Amino acid sequence: MTAVDRDETVASKAVAPEPPAADTVDSLSTKPTLTAPPAGRRFAPLIRAWRWLTSMRTALVLLFLLALGVIPGSLLPQRPLNPQKVDTYLTQHPTLGPFLDRLSMFNVFGAPWFAAIYILLFVSLTGCLVPRIRLHARALRSKPPKAPKHFTRLPEATTYESDDSPTAVAAAAAATLRKSRWRIITRDEPAGVVTVSAEKGYLRETGNLLFHVALTVLLLAVASGRLWGYTGSILVQDGDGFCNTVQQYDSFNPGQLVKGSDIAPFCMSLKKFTATYDKDGTASDFRGNITYTEGLNGPEKHDVLQVNHPLRIEGLRLYLLGHGFSPMFTIRDPSGQVFKDVSAPFLPQDAAFSSQGAVKLPDAKPKQIALDGLFLPTAAETQQGVLTSIWPEATSPKVAIFVYEGNLGLDTGQPQSVYSLDRDQLSNGALKQVGRKNLAPNQTYTLKDGTTITFTGYKQWASLQVSRDPAQTYVLIAAGAILVGLVLSLRIRRRRLWVRVTPADADSGSQRTVVELGGLARTDAGVFTDEFGKIAARLRDPAAPRERED
Amino acid sequence: MGTTALAHLSNTLYTFSIVCYALAMVSLGAEYAFGRRGRVADTAVAAPAKVLVGAGGPPVAADAATPPVTTDTAGPPVGPVGPSIGERFGRVGVALLILGVLVHAAAVAIRGAAVDRVPWGNMYEFTSVACLVAVLSFLAVLVRQPQLRHLGGFVLFPVLVLMFLGGTVLYAQAEQLVPALHSYWLAIHVSAISVGIGIFLVSSVATMLYLVRARWEARVAAGRGQGRVSGFGAMLPGADSLDRMAYRTAAFGFPLYTFGVICGAIWAEAAWGKYWSWDPKETWALIAWVIYAAYLHARATAGWKGTKAAYINLLGFAALIFNFFVINIVVSGLHSYAGLN
Repeated sequence: MTAVDRDETVASKAVAPEPPAADTVDSLSTKPTLTAPPAGRRFAPLIRAWRWLTSMRTALVLLFLLALGVIPGSLLPQRPLNPQKVDTYLTQHPTLGPFLDRLSMFNVFGAPWFAAIYILLFVSLTGCLVPRIRLHARALRSKPPKAPKHFTRLPEATTYESDDSPTAVAAAAAATLRKSRWRIITRDEPAGVVTVSAEKGYLRETGNLLFHVALTVLLLAVASGRLWGYTGSILVQDGDGFCNTVQQYDSFNPGQLVKGSDIAPFCMSLKKFTATYDKDGTASDFRGNITYTEGLNGPEKHDVLQVNHPLRIEGLRLYLLGHGFSPMFTIRDPSGQVFKDVSAPFLPQDAAFSSQGAVKLPDAKPKQIALDGLFLPTAAETQQGVLTSIWPEATSPKVAIFVYEGNLGLDTGQPQSVYSLDRDQLSNGALKQVGRKNLAPNQTYTLKDGTTITFTGYKQWASLQVSRDPAQTYVLIAAGAILVGLVLSLRIRRRRLWVRVTPADADSGSQRTVVELGGLARTDAGVFTDEFGKIAARLRDPAAPRERED
Repeated sequence: MGTTALAHLSNTLYTFSIVCYALAMVSLGAEYAFGRRGRVADTAVAAPAKVLVGAGGPPVAADAATPPVTTDTAGPPVGPVGPSIGERFGRVGVALLILGVLVHAAAVAIRGAAVDRVPWGNMYEFTSVACLVAVLSFLAVLVRQPQLRHLGGFVLFPVLVLMFLGGTVLYAQAEQLVPALHSYWLAIHVSAISVGIGIFLVSSVATMLYLVRARWEARVAAGRGQGRVSGFGAMLPGADSLDRMAYRTAAFGFPLYTFGVICGAIWAEAAWGKYWSWDPKETWALIAWVIYAAYLHARATAGWKGTKAAYINLLGFAALIFNFFVINIVVSGLHSYAGLN
């Protein structure tokens, strides 16, 4: 795996002086699974496969496969996000489309091969983490290693003399280093020589492990959120409302393990939706005034939904995602029946909210009646004489409608879009266009057969989404831990320091105590040179002002 | 001053900073071309001096905080001759670079005042901030590794290209933002991402130079002559140095970028109803993240160190650039705030 460690490896250069004294941790962590006990020959291929899977190289290849695998998901339309676009793509590419479809290219993030990649990566990660955590736990309990024989072979080394006794020098050095939070151990060597071994930066590996454990937890939390969570979306007009039941949603996407009891009882109604705009026509604020009740018999509460400010209650979140207009018509059919203020949501087509939709009257007699066309909140006529909207607010609304009579085809059993008429019914002549008209509010259009259509005004609608993700708090905590782990593992350097104090000795010609100092940074050598110089200065002269080392 | 006047002033300063950067690029390029003998002599003298200071003298506290120019001028002019032509060009280059950064920062700040919000709401503003960060992080690298100064031109070249594109193709009028962007997360999420990208840019430049130098070193070591890029490779700093610069910048940028992505997820949860919806922009942010994670790992894996890891770094930056240009402009998604119509 996966050590964001072992970069800047001075270790390779520095391990040379004294292999046994040098780091056991490093040599093990390079191949963490090699400590597996010998097993029977029968399991040899299995063990080999396991080693292959948990090796860093395999993890790297899997990471690349993951990156490669999500690319089609970003460039091709995806069914869970936009099924219409997928259908369009399939009709436009009759040969390539079905082929891509067979490879799950239109549902990449739910594809079996995608799952295979991340499950393998997940196993590889876990298989590598467990032995590493064990090793690190051991390293945390172990003492800093013995001093190498010759400091000159270390990347950092210096020497000076002192008048104090070796024990006193070593004790002073140990005290100074301990104050800077070095882990130390003092050892006696033959001939009165005293050594101090010091090590610092254990948090690096702790951070590294935290990062990988948190990543694992994050993946698990994301997956469980998808399994036990759901989203539902619904379009609500001013004055209308809905309750949190599956049947009421326009679309509902439950996770595989969602039970009925997971859908919290909740009802809301939209009192008034308001959109405000700047002088240049960009929206400055959307807000939906709502009342809602929680639980089966909860009290009615009030809230304002805004973009970026969802309603968060126990078990679900309610979002305001979009808005639009619903024109209202009063229609009298030839039989004298009056349909008062019927309305239907029209979908905005541009930034000025020219909106398109359809109104259907299946109960009209003698024939069913339907309207489709445009609603223009601030209507203006182009040079070609076409109505268009020039402002997103309803300052001078108009509708441009086509009127149809005949059979809407609602009883065929085929689901129909509420925003448009059935194209088949139009093309086979079951539904015929009988008139067209542009109307301002309160204008009436009378057809030859006596049908009257009055444009009586408009309502606003808001599209709302209800979401539940029981695991998202854990995702957030794991993400925070990932970040902490990353910073620790990338910023902290593991380093070792040795002091060897040799007593004054007539044989070697030294009249004073000789202090040798050696240092080794396991990561990022450049910065350590400065730190080593400063530590050397302080050990030599404890009165010297203290430097910041990290 | 009115909004229009402020926006106009910001544009003027933006242009002026481009000029400064261009001159700095020429000047640092000249240092590169005229050789670094003076420079090498300087560092050779400065290095033991530093050790002496560290070994007993007064602390060198100013060392890390002082910009490289002053370090240079304050450095001991011990050499037998004064600063060489290359050295002079280098100092002028860094001075121009610092001037450019100040003007550029002012342009960004005034743009923010003109629109009365954080100045990174569309592609033009984002490019500007990311380039500012790239230049700043190169200056930060200089504080630690002053011997890399003459490489400034290589960092400034992509910065200039991006700033030119930003000021022309991507330019957007100073305008208010749609309600979805009315959130303090805009300040946090986008700034973290742009800082990350700015730092990754420097990392990728160091990586490209590393690849050239490593190839040159391999050729020379194999005794096969210096190849077509002989002069170029010979004048670059050692491959180790470049590799370290690339790693350090990437290792600094990666947590910031991760933080930016996490903030984006937190914001998405509040704005779109889901912390992750596989929006094309999110997907490519993840791709880049995975590639940079692979880079950091590859650099520690036997058999992947060196050139292979370097190519992964470049791949990561390519993913970032693709995400910025292609996904913003060509692919539609939830992140459609480019400000281009």
